[in-house]
Amino acid sequence: MKPVFMTYTKKDLINLAVCMVLSVLVIPTFITTEYWYTSILIPWLCLALATIGQQVVMGYTGQLALGAAGFMAAGAFAMFNLILRVPDLGFVGSLIVSGLIAAAFGILFGLPSLKVRGIYLMVATLASQFFIIWMIDKFGWFKNYDSSGIITAQDIVILGKPFTTPLAMYFVCLAVTTVLTLLAMNMARGSTGRNWMAVRDMDIAAESMGVSLLKTKVQAFAISAFYCGVAGALFAFCYLKSLEPVAFDIKLSFKILFMCILGGLGTINGAFIGAAFILLFPVLLNAIGNNVFHGAIDATIISSIEQVIFGGLMIIFMIYEPLGMAKLWENLKQKLSLKLQSSNVKNLKSSLSKKS
Amino acid sequence: MVDELLFFMEVVVGGLLAGTMYSLVALGFVLIFKASATFNFSQGAMVFFSVLAFCGFMQDFNIPFVLAFILAALLMVVVGLCTERLVLRPLMNASEDTVLMATIGLGYVLEGLAQAAWGVEVRRLDLGIGDFPVPWIADNLKLFISALDIFAGLVAALMIIGLFLLFKYTKIGLGLRAVADDAGAASSIGIPLKHIMLLVWSAAGVVALVAGCMWGARAGVQFALVDLALKALPVLIIGGFSSIPGAIVGGLIIGATEKVLEVYIGPFFGGAIEGWAPYVLAIFFLLYRPEGLFGEKIIRRV
Repeated sequence: MKPVFMTYTKKDLINLAVCMVLSVLVIPTFITTEYWYTSILIPWLCLALATIGQQVVMGYTGQLALGAAGFMAAGAFAMFNLILRVPDLGFVGSLIVSGLIAAAFGILFGLPSLKVRGIYLMVATLASQFFIIWMIDKFGWFKNYDSSGIITAQDIVILGKPFTTPLAMYFVCLAVTTVLTLLAMNMARGSTGRNWMAVRDMDIAAESMGVSLLKTKVQAFAISAFYCGVAGALFAFCYLKSLEPVAFDIKLSFKILFMCILGGLGTINGAFIGAAFILLFPVLLNAIGNNVFHGAIDATIISSIEQVIFGGLMIIFMIYEPLGMAKLWENLKQKLSLKLQSSNVKNLKSSLSKKS
Repeated sequence: MVDELLFFMEVVVGGLLAGTMYSLVALGFVLIFKASATFNFSQGAMVFFSVLAFCGFMQDFNIPFVLAFILAALLMVVVGLCTERLVLRPLMNASEDTVLMATIGLGYVLEGLAQAAWGVEVRRLDLGIGDFPVPWIADNLKLFISALDIFAGLVAALMIIGLFLLFKYTKIGLGLRAVADDAGAASSIGIPLKHIMLLVWSAAGVVALVAGCMWGARAGVQFALVDLALKALPVLIIGGFSSIPGAIVGGLIIGATEKVLEVYIGPFFGGAIEGWAPYVLAIFFLLYRPEGLFGEKIIRRV
């Protein structure tokens, strides 16, 4: 397919247009209940953004990292302090700077990736998870000496206008996510992404072709942490509306890891699919528990069952489709288009035979 | 001066003994890694699963202590059997990272199953050994050392000697080492790979049960055990993934270092640095000695 605009083909542009129409026009007109915005759409966008960060480092660069929530916490608390202490920066400015602060942490804790990989790297990145949370917890300055442990997030104000209704916050998240997703797609398709994938597929070959491992890996960690940091800030300000280090514990890191792997390693749309699945599946299970069994099953048992299913799916995907749900979706599309083609051919043949 | 020295000794000894608990968890990792070159991320979940089942048998069904322990051990054999069948065999030729991710999934399954079957409340586990200083040592050496710590140390020592002998001097041990070296070659000379895997996973399950009993008696049987078990990872990096003595020495180093740091440096930073200190220590080890103190295999340097 020939690119029409920059590196994008006609198909990409159509996809983008469909997504934008759906998210900007269709969703706001048809979904009016606040619940959908506050509990599903907003966290979905935030977590999908964090999952893109995880994708950069894990899916594209092939480095097993497990500290996404730590970087999210860094972003969230950086945002809180920037708005509190440097109000001139504005919301968007603070968001960018807090992403950069998270990126600095990403570089620091990504350095071990130059020496080790696999589970060794995983342990090294766990250090970032525990260290960042501890640091925020122990130094009162980060929490503005608030003793209650939970701080209320400031209201979002952009250019003097408050964005406090669920719909407005949804649009804030949507705008940030759209821009960063397009950016990520550009990077993934350009030379940056090709370097990442070269390092992932065979680092020695990549190095001998002139790809700097140092630069590529540090860059991947920095970009990954930037995405996680921005996602963490949005997560705290739009979804939780409060800041507490506990919200960013290792469980969230695992959740993002699951979103990344189940969604499909090395794909951007996989991040959205994975995040949607991990978020919506518990909602579905709860609905089944309430409506089919009328609450006969305890909520804790439902959440345990959910854990079993997530873990089981992880194993099943690893065995049968290591590329995750994005690949399944791709296969489905391919099958459908093949069917369409073959039926077209049949129609053509029958019309030809009629003519003759 | 003497008092300070005594206090320091007490901190170190306490740390060393607490470290044996990490060693017990790390031992399970090493067993599986030695025989199959698989990083079993679910070892922590196995600890939680086994000890919760043990408590469940005792407290919900009123099964006596010894019988419940045997039942829980048998349950871990079943878990090992299922893991071999359903997870490892289909992933026989998959890459290391893929298997690692599958074991993360396995960990989730085990945690979920345990909580679905036995509930989420914190359970008390009484081994009949109190978690308080032994009076005799306190009187004579002026060191306050918990009886449970000493017991855990003894159990760890016994298990290590047993496993060491098993690996070194028995035919099964030889088979295990052969499989670890080259699974393909081992199976071609007639070593039954399936049985070896089953054996190793069952042994790791029983080790997990013992480790869980020690942790459970101290901190209560609860979900936090899984996070505690994560600390076995830095232990392994320091000791080396493929070495049983390494798991022990690594555990001791982590245990002693984190306690000393916590007591002497922690107060300057508001405490609780033992949450991350082991991991940072592990990073330094990774930078200077990536194969660990006792590891034989040089890991792939990038």
